[in-house]
Amino acid sequence: MGSRRKRVNYAKWGYIFILPFFISFFIFSFIPLADTIRYSFYEYYRSGIKEIGPNFIGIANYIDLLKSDMLKYAGNTFILWMIGFVPQIVIALLLASWFVDARLKIHGQQFFKVVIYLPNLIMASAFAMLFFTMFSTNGPINSILSSLGWIKKPIDFLGSVFGTRSLVGLMNFLMWFGNTTIMLMAAIMGISPDIFEASEIDGCGRVQRFFYITLPLIRPILAYTLITSIIGGLQMFDVPQILTNGQGTPDRTSTTLIMFLNNHLKSKNYGMAGALSVYLFIVSGILCFITYRITNNDDADGSKAAAKKAKKEGRK
Amino acid sequence: MTSKAKSASRRTSILAHIVLIILSFMCLFFFYILFINATHSHAELQKGFSALPGASLIKNFMSVANDGTFPMIQGIVNSLIVSGCSAAICTYFSSLTAYGLFVYDFKVKKAAFTFIMAILVMPTQVTAMGFLRLITNMGMYDSLLPLIIPSIASPAVFYFMYSYLQSSLPISLVEAARIDGSGEFRTFNQIALPIMKPAIAVQAIFTFVGSWNNYFVPALVIQSKDKMTVPILVATLRGADYMNFDMGKIYMMITVAIIPIIIVYLLLSKYIIAGVTLGGVKE
Repeated sequence: MGSRRKRVNYAKWGYIFILPFFISFFIFSFIPLADTIRYSFYEYYRSGIKEIGPNFIGIANYIDLLKSDMLKYAGNTFILWMIGFVPQIVIALLLASWFVDARLKIHGQQFFKVVIYLPNLIMASAFAMLFFTMFSTNGPINSILSSLGWIKKPIDFLGSVFGTRSLVGLMNFLMWFGNTTIMLMAAIMGISPDIFEASEIDGCGRVQRFFYITLPLIRPILAYTLITSIIGGLQMFDVPQILTNGQGTPDRTSTTLIMFLNNHLKSKNYGMAGALSVYLFIVSGILCFITYRITNNDDADGSKAAAKKAKKEGRK
Repeated sequence: MTSKAKSASRRTSILAHIVLIILSFMCLFFFYILFINATHSHAELQKGFSALPGASLIKNFMSVANDGTFPMIQGIVNSLIVSGCSAAICTYFSSLTAYGLFVYDFKVKKAAFTFIMAILVMPTQVTAMGFLRLITNMGMYDSLLPLIIPSIASPAVFYFMYSYLQSSLPISLVEAARIDGSGEFRTFNQIALPIMKPAIAVQAIFTFVGSWNNYFVPALVIQSKDKMTVPILVATLRGADYMNFDMGKIYMMITVAIIPIIIVYLLLSKYIIAGVTLGGVKE
């Protein structure tokens, strides 16, 4: 009897311990989310000092957004993300497989790791401001290039679509390739050395080993990296915002979705901001679900799924 | 190993070193220019880039420190308060939540865990609009509190702490403490927390850095100059009529914004790099 009462008491402590998390989540995430969804169905904005709405207008905001430049901005976000992500994953895979290969005897591994991870911790807004000053027409990059005699007159990097997008991509690449390298390194080191040894005895070369052993075995982490990077890309804001002073210059070709959201929030157009948030919420919800499946997958190598499939086919 | 394979290894090794040196150069080059330029006066900078440091370091720093329109020192103090408090409450409450779900058995335990895992990577931006309205209604608009309190619920930090508890806190230790008459909170604070110290340290650093660099939410919430954090000040600098500025001062401002993190990083790089992978995907 006594012990039973005790156990009930312990369960109570479980609730008490997790309570702060859920209260905080409820107040600062759930209520705002519900509010955001609610106002996405309302006409509600400020025009001058006059507040218009809230009037219920159904899904008009959603339709207006589809007619607006939202899809163009989604395209921008995707392009900017791709320019950074493709070189990032290629370089990270290359570096990670080099780092873990003892045969290559990489000197100063710790030093290189410290250096390539450094940009990840730098304030993105300060980094963007730095790039803005450095790549401006009278900045140090133009000054170096012209003193080397490579260019006659200064290049206006931020005046061209290609220049601006490349700079954003370059910054995202620099900020994230070190992080990805370290993640992938840990994944490769998690592979049993026996597999590598066996492949070597069978006469497997470095390139073959990379494509037929390393890559398939780190697939879950690669997928995780890809999805988290897409989520990160979807949230891209600081770098293009500061680099172009929120204008997305030239001609809004570097405006991202979150910059678009930020503009609506700043101009207090709650209806539109709400509808845009709901679009973003749906997309990130899907991505969250995929991440959840990856992180909670006890079938990391796909063997169970393969067995299930074989069984199903056997039944046919 | 055959000599052919050996020479192939050698060639790859040389290539690897060259690539690494180029990438490291790219990572450091921009900071090098930044630090060099922060030591030059405006007139020197107008003449073009010089690779050697100048003599205006102190002068530039003083003009940043004494600038009333961009209160950088106040900004650093604000950022330190926000980041420090966020790191402290985020790691404490995440540990508490992780401990609650790890040690106790109760009805909604599994549902609560699944729920937190489901929102693990949810971007904060999607709730920004409601958040802004909420804190305005609560009277917390233009204050530092809404930048600190929400970090109580940090799913990623929770997940890290939970994984750490799984690997390093034997339940028998908690039971032993109970037999010795220790209350539940006391067991957590005096037995579990000390065991979790390494995990707390790593996550405190990451939360601190994340909060220090955060720009989106603070820019929406903070209005008055004396409450601005460093990233907002950097953004205002970009928006200002910048071509008339003292360039030496601008470089110095950017330097001041990033130097605290660089110092922390250089001191703790070993732990930070080891910590990057720990919070990642389960193997």
